[in-house]
Amino acid sequence: MEKMVNIYLYGKKYEVPASLTIMNAMEYAGYQLVRGVGCRCGFCGACATIYRIKGQNELKTCLACQTKVEDNMYIATLPFFPLVKQPYDIQKIKPTEQIMMQLYPEIYSCVGCNACTKACTQDLKVMQYIAYAQRGEYEKCAEESFDCVMCGVCSSRCPAGITHPQVGLLARRLTGKYLAPETEHLLARVAEIEAGDCEAALDEIMAKTAEELKALYNNRDFEQ
Amino acid sequence: MYTQEMLESIKRVEATRAARLADVKAGIHPRRMTAEEKVQVKKENHPDYIASQFAELVIGPNRGERVPLELAEMLQANPRVNPKDIDLSKIDYDVDVLVIGGGGSGSAAAIMAHEKGANVMIVTKLRHGDANTMMAEGGIQAADKPNDSPAQHYLDVMGGGHFKNVPDLVRKLVTDAPICIKWLNDLGVMFDKEADGTMVTTHGGGTSRKRMHACKDYSGAEIMRVLRDEVQNRGIPVVDFTSAIEIIKDEKGRAAGAVLMNMETGELLIARAKTVIIATGGAGRMHYQGFPTSNHYGATADGLVLAYRAGAPLLYAYTLQYHPTGAAYPSQIFGALVTEKVRSIGAQLVNKDGEPFMYSLETRDICASGVIRECKRGGGVDTFNGGQGVWLDSPMIDMIHGEGTIEKRIPAMLRMYLKYGIDMRKQPILIYPTLHYQNGGIKIGVNGMSDVENLFVAGEAVGGIHGENRLMGNSLLDIIVFGRNAGVHAAAAAKEVTLGKKLTLSHVKDFMKEMKAAGIKTDAVSPKLLPRYTHGNPVFDQPNAKLMK
Repeated sequence: MEKMVNIYLYGKKYEVPASLTIMNAMEYAGYQLVRGVGCRCGFCGACATIYRIKGQNELKTCLACQTKVEDNMYIATLPFFPLVKQPYDIQKIKPTEQIMMQLYPEIYSCVGCNACTKACTQDLKVMQYIAYAQRGEYEKCAEESFDCVMCGVCSSRCPAGITHPQVGLLARRLTGKYLAPETEHLLARVAEIEAGDCEAALDEIMAKTAEELKALYNNRDFEQ
Repeated sequence: MYTQEMLESIKRVEATRAARLADVKAGIHPRRMTAEEKVQVKKENHPDYIASQFAELVIGPNRGERVPLELAEMLQANPRVNPKDIDLSKIDYDVDVLVIGGGGSGSAAAIMAHEKGANVMIVTKLRHGDANTMMAEGGIQAADKPNDSPAQHYLDVMGGGHFKNVPDLVRKLVTDAPICIKWLNDLGVMFDKEADGTMVTTHGGGTSRKRMHACKDYSGAEIMRVLRDEVQNRGIPVVDFTSAIEIIKDEKGRAAGAVLMNMETGELLIARAKTVIIATGGAGRMHYQGFPTSNHYGATADGLVLAYRAGAPLLYAYTLQYHPTGAAYPSQIFGALVTEKVRSIGAQLVNKDGEPFMYSLETRDICASGVIRECKRGGGVDTFNGGQGVWLDSPMIDMIHGEGTIEKRIPAMLRMYLKYGIDMRKQPILIYPTLHYQNGGIKIGVNGMSDVENLFVAGEAVGGIHGENRLMGNSLLDIIVFGRNAGVHAAAAAKEVTLGKKLTLSHVKDFMKEMKAAGIKTDAVSPKLLPRYTHGNPVFDQPNAKLMK
């Protein structure tokens, strides 16, 4: 017989197998989820969840699809969090310190409580990447925030009203577009394609008979 | 958290590892299969070849062709709402271009339609960005290095698809590939690069050149969150938690909008549009043949149903991709994707005795067939509920490329397994094929339009680009190439359209008549929209179980 545990979904008690994730346990209980479910694989951040174990005071946060149920777990999902998103034109902005100040000035109100880092469902050093953003060190901010799934749990715990996921995203786009080195071989190939220089080889290969094409494929040379 | 039996098998894997590593370092790999061997292994083991799992369609444009049982049921099911109960005179949204689906292809399409001056709107079933794109880990192909060319890429794509691909679509795919990498780079996608800007590229199964570009193992997530941000920056309206349940046409038979349904309230809404783009993605949540899936919760083939009822033919709907390496253990991540990149950067497939039973980077269909065969032969490790898996020897990666490689190159994989007490740097992982990709889909021309005028399609809902088997890294590529392409062409077509006076669902009524004439009696309704899981709860397994709808 499978080991069962008691959980409390929004305060209501259900008995579920101990091996299930929180998300699967909700479905076992009978929910057909529309909110708070996405990739079911830890990539999309749809299933941010807050829980507390009976007898303990600490509120913990997690992704429901990546976390096993525990006995006496009180569970509330956080399927939407009203994050601030400032619009900007990526072609016009520049990777200067001012841009963060203009778009997300609240990052300078960080009180250093580290609640964001403690809450992060991806175990990222969230407060650290906000500190990088404050100093205009966008490449470091981008690297440190790279695995962010934008679930918004950090922001839900922030006393300063910071929208951490959007700050990280802005830093990454600035890095990708302006700070990362140019790729010469990419620019060269795009220029060739736009000049039509790749057409002849494609015409030639497309003109081959099925048998010729198969022979060509089966005798390809492989880059080691 | 492996069982005793698994731990003993791991010892045998460890025992052969040094010799296997020495071979790899000397450039010696397990032999690639010959063309004949590939045909054989696929025929005998691939799920596409199990005849009893397919049904012949009896109505619609593909009448007489076979498709998976579960898809046949949805393609020949009742509409969610009888057209006579839908009031088309009350228009809730009126736009130039309506994009159905908020994943990678839909977002790329919307951005380009907006760029071309169209009034464009996205409608999406869950949240914007909830899509298979978000979950694509390994990378995106493009022939942008000096030793490579679009023609070389073309050859790999055609061979990988067993030469069934539509050549003109493949040409578009490979030609636009470098252009799309540059487009993404210029939008701020952070590709893995060397200090001098050279792209870090690797092999995927079936590639002859290292042309897999990546953003660690968050490639799709990185692309998706940038595209979503760009859609938001442009102020393109996104109507989320709203599905399309029917294509609307005008009196000339051209696509002219869609019937929408609020996923939370059930409210019906009418969107009128000059052109429509279906970008609804794949079908993993149909769980063909009972397979687990690596797909997003919303991957239920809705777009195929909408298009089919509107009269658009499908192409190769019988062929699915089973990704060779789905997580086989532990149960909590059963079917989750273990990116091909794990093999690209050195992990070998080995059986329960530590033997490398095949070359690890064959194309996905061949690899999946090889794994299934190895389990049938008794080379598998027992997992749970009667399932099996083989080892993916992940510790080899750091041994080949140096400590820290796994953490740097595949952090998501490492994190996923660590959550269940498995450190893939130290222990191998168990894998088995998982339902991953819909190779077939709606037939389109090079301009992205289906056989129904002004009904465009982009992304996984398209059929024909990848023939009967897609290569790793060509899906992220295809959603960008054909998403952008559909956006451009749908915007251009919208300029030419003066909508007819009358919106109609007569094609749905005709479809219902066709069902009746063919004697189809079914309670099924489609599109499916979402799967239903109860994880073996006996309460819901009873025949009279009362489940909320």
